[in-house]
Amino acid sequence: MSKTDPVRLAVRKTYKLYIGGAFPRSESGRSYPVTSSKGDFLANAAKASRKDARDAVSAARRAFPGWSGATPYNRGQILYRVAEMLEGRRAQFVAELVDAGTGRAEAGRNVDAAVDRLVWYAGWSDKITSIVGAANPVAGPYFNLSTPEPTGVVAVVAPEDPLLGLVSVVAPVIVTGNTCVVVAGERAPLPAVTLAEVLATSDLPGGVVNILTGSTAEIAPWLASHMDVNAIDLTGVTDAELAVACEEAAAENLKRVLRPTGGTDWSADPGTRRMTTFLETKTVWHPTGV
Amino acid sequence: MTPSLADVASSNVALRNLLHGLPGVDRVGADQRAAMLGTRSIKTTSKALAIDLAIRMVDLTTLEGADTPGKVRALCAKAVRPDPGDPSVPKVAAVCVYPDMVSRAVEALAGSGVRVASVATAFPSGRSSLEVKVAETAFAVGAGADEIDMVIDRGAFLSGDYLKVFEEIAAVKAACGTAHLKVILETGELATYDNVRRAAWLAMLAGGDFVKTSTGKVQPAATLPVTLVMLEAVRDFLSITGRKVGVKPAGGIKTTKDAIKMLVLVNETVGDGWLDPDWFRLGASSVLNDLLMQRQKLATGRYAGPDYFTLD
Repeated sequence: MSKTDPVRLAVRKTYKLYIGGAFPRSESGRSYPVTSSKGDFLANAAKASRKDARDAVSAARRAFPGWSGATPYNRGQILYRVAEMLEGRRAQFVAELVDAGTGRAEAGRNVDAAVDRLVWYAGWSDKITSIVGAANPVAGPYFNLSTPEPTGVVAVVAPEDPLLGLVSVVAPVIVTGNTCVVVAGERAPLPAVTLAEVLATSDLPGGVVNILTGSTAEIAPWLASHMDVNAIDLTGVTDAELAVACEEAAAENLKRVLRPTGGTDWSADPGTRRMTTFLETKTVWHPTGV
Repeated sequence: MTPSLADVASSNVALRNLLHGLPGVDRVGADQRAAMLGTRSIKTTSKALAIDLAIRMVDLTTLEGADTPGKVRALCAKAVRPDPGDPSVPKVAAVCVYPDMVSRAVEALAGSGVRVASVATAFPSGRSSLEVKVAETAFAVGAGADEIDMVIDRGAFLSGDYLKVFEEIAAVKAACGTAHLKVILETGELATYDNVRRAAWLAMLAGGDFVKTSTGKVQPAATLPVTLVMLEAVRDFLSITGRKVGVKPAGGIKTTKDAIKMLVLVNETVGDGWLDPDWFRLGASSVLNDLLMQRQKLATGRYAGPDYFTLD
């Protein structure tokens, strides 16, 4: 490039929503400025409306039969693929986490931990049934089998930890066959949009994960009251009043609610609770035959 | 435009001269106008009224080889009380079934005010002899159908044998007696909007009480621009002959938004004289659940889910 070349205009990314495998702007046309921890402007993120949430729920519902019907082995492979893609974008995520206010060394550890977390959950895909299912002894000539099944469409309010926290709440929901609508952390949503790009290139069918950015207080109640949502994870709801309101709304159609008390240490061993909360046990009696 | 309609059916040539003398449809203009009207925003109380009107206009339809008496009974129950949990939901206009299911539907709907419509004339292809078509119509009417949905012979229409199509419609109309006749143009097979306009005129001239877009078995079915062309045809027909004909888009109307777009189209094209189940119908089945879900959303303030409505 010679010195006489005109100055090139930078092509900047528009941060959009991720619904049904596509990246639309908010239906409402709204956006909001995202700033770094020092207060510098970073980008405008889409501010999702309740209609975006509704569209995301229908996308998740459409994706559910295919994803829950996929073999656990296949789901595990796809989650592992997500981890691979995330690893490939390591530098980008580190930079975005640094922008969001994480120290550089800490950001690197965070991305590594997020990749490891995905691999860890990917491994659970074909093992969770053996752990929480059972062949029950019964007093009769039958086989009696209990198997865990995915709950359905899960609304996830993600915590403010922009990558590790997000991955730690999404992976356990989808590994068992649920589909989800995620409300990304309000303060630092940009890594969530970049994670959506990772998901979109990982063979994850469109609609299995839908990511909304915007105001948690605005969107969460609509998801909590939506009759086509089967469960809600309120991890990212820090306002106690809002959490109670969401729980009450969720009771209308008996949604499963996960509302952890106290802070969560995302670097700690997560255990299986986040998977088992969004599983339902089906018990079937099989006649043994002649 | 003042075509002489007195002896129009005297020969193929006379019919052809009339139909080909109709002004051509500006395809881009029709598409554009339909798309523009589709952007109208109908909210709150207007939306609530539109939803109830759309429910009253639904011809709840099941036209499957796998239809059973039980399924028809279930559909009839749904037609009378679309949402079992909410008696304020209005009844639909009619239930539409195959001729052999008419007697079941009549039985299930007796005294409810919901009409029974039956497809006839070798639906959906229309490939049979006139005798068979007339006999099938007579069979459905004899079983108690209030309305007959016939298909035109698209093969004859496309090859220019308009008189054959005209005479078939007239013969089926005669076989209908007091039953209303809806003429299905199957616009998805007519290729151009000019043909849609011609077929609509042909159907109205031959005595059809309704013109209907599609069987629902061919894609594309009831698109907005096709419905617009047909609405313009019934408007022109009324102004020339003084006879009012209804319109029924059918097939592909799946969401409340689709249904409301249709209502906007009716209001803007022919006015609110047609915003009535006697003059405008929506042939569909899955749209009803979406209308009910939207209705519940307006009533309760939360989004409804399909798990809480009947499967059909």
